[in-house]
Amino acid sequence: MQKKRIVLTFPPSLVGQPITYHLVKDYDLMLNILRATVTPNEQGRLVVELSGQRKQLDDGIAYLKALGVEVQSLAQDIKWHEEKCTHCTACIPACPTHALSVDRTTMEVSFSKEQCIACELCISVCPYRALEVLI
Amino acid sequence: MPKTIQEINEKIKSGKAVVVTAEEIIDIVHKKGAKRAAAEVDVVTTGTFGPMCSSGAYFNLGHTKPRIKIGGGTCTLNDVPCYTGLAAVDIFIGATALPDNDPRNAVFPGAFKYGGGHVIEDLVAGKSVRLKATAYGTNCYPRRELDTWISLKDMNEAVLFNPRNCYQNYNVAVNLSDKVIYTYMGRLQPRLGNANYCSAGQLSPLLNDPYYKTIGIGTRIFLGGGEGYIVWNGTQHNPSVKRGDNGVPRAGAGTLAVIGDLKQMSPAWLKGASFTGYGCTLTVGIGIPIPLLNEEIAQYTAVRDEDIYAPVVDYSKGYPELIPGAIAEVSYAQLKSGFITIEGKKIPTGGISSYSKAREIARLLKERILAGRFLLTQPVAPLPSVESGITFKTLNERPVKPK
Ligand code: SF4
Ligand code: SF4
Repeated sequence: MQKKRIVLTFPPSLVGQPITYHLVKDYDLMLNILRATVTPNEQGRLVVELSGQRKQLDDGIAYLKALGVEVQSLAQDIKWHEEKCTHCTACIPACPTHALSVDRTTMEVSFSKEQCIACELCISVCPYRALEVLI
Repeated sequence: MPKTIQEINEKIKSGKAVVVTAEEIIDIVHKKGAKRAAAEVDVVTTGTFGPMCSSGAYFNLGHTKPRIKIGGGTCTLNDVPCYTGLAAVDIFIGATALPDNDPRNAVFPGAFKYGGGHVIEDLVAGKSVRLKATAYGTNCYPRRELDTWISLKDMNEAVLFNPRNCYQNYNVAVNLSDKVIYTYMGRLQPRLGNANYCSAGQLSPLLNDPYYKTIGIGTRIFLGGGEGYIVWNGTQHNPSVKRGDNGVPRAGAGTLAVIGDLKQMSPAWLKGASFTGYGCTLTVGIGIPIPLLNEEIAQYTAVRDEDIYAPVVDYSKGYPELIPGAIAEVSYAQLKSGFITIEGKKIPTGGISSYSKAREIARLLKERILAGRFLLTQPVAPLPSVESGITFKTLNERPVKPK
């Protein structure tokens, strides 16, 4: 049994389709919805934890991709809005991985997606909502 | 040779003024000495960009047909309540005001998504906001309700008026307790988990003119991207705190009340801010030019982060319980390095005020002066300084007896 946390982005055409039903029924996956947003006429986003056999997990994800669903691992799902960031550095001590870091000469903040583990500790710290969890 | 502001303005107009930022002057004074620096440089520009809760704006909305007297009634902009105890269509909005239906800290810590500071930012960005008002109706102002969209260009006057900005130095906030706390200085992790500071240090206006020798009432300033003026000392102005040998206060000291035309300002330099668990406020960009009238003033502007000390204050007990005293003193050079050490513990630091934006403001102001678009002003009256004896009182509560 394996687990995978992923973010699914559905194009408008797929919103309303019984996709999760097929994941459960055809691929024998357990699906735990962590977060969901669907805006009418816009795309839908689901943050899910899938668990099942390794092969079925891979097949299930391939099925989603074939349908046109964008699949991202959860760790890529924090967005730093550079244009909103004031480089105050309030988030720096909050970030355990140094995904958020400061150049001490320019005193400017930057964000490295690769280092971000999506722990969300920085989210409520930013006074300007420059850090966002995309769901 | 001492200079006058008039002479500096003549040089600005003829494109001959020498203007440097509060960072650039440090090396100049260090290499050439204060005397030559004062002779060669005319103006030093400073800057700061941080949350300043005692900020707000007043508006004249224009009269409706038929007329409404909002004075004494109620009024909201995007659901944020405004102060209406003024004339018929004059209202004031404060940076920390919250919609009546904001849950605040009902589920702790509250998010405080939108408040007065955000309304000001939206208006400055050119957006329309929803104006709702109720009135009791009079013979001369019969109308009782108003619900409309309004933007800055629809208004007669829109004036930013901040009773306290630009703190001269500030506390460094830490948490000595065992629980995380949420403050206006950000989230503070237990047992000295982080230390948050809020000053531009060597770029900060009042730290470059510690005794207010050039910055006074009437000084023209960079305010929120436009031009403004210092109109008074700020509230809680406290010039009598402990100072270093360089004259620089070692705790929060002087403050400024400032005013300016909101219609000229920009959302890049006036930003609504949300502090989780605390509330909303407005982050204000301010830049103040310091005329290098003489050697003494040049020496003050050469102040460096390593020479400016701030008190480290416990926000779990010391601050809320109003218990005076600091745990330690640290310099801005230490704070900006990313870590301070207290009781042998290495503590990561976070800023609340943006140094890189402060630097940008000092540069912008320098450019404006060099381009002849910004002239200096002679203060019409000084700000109270050390000799005023002014100190900062706490409230003496007097028991209220039931009648
Ligand atoms: S989510 Fe966690 S790891 Fe990613 S930037 Fe924020 S604090 Fe750092
Ligand atoms: S707290 Fe927000 S505004 Fe401040 S540096 Fe971090 S991302 Fe930028």
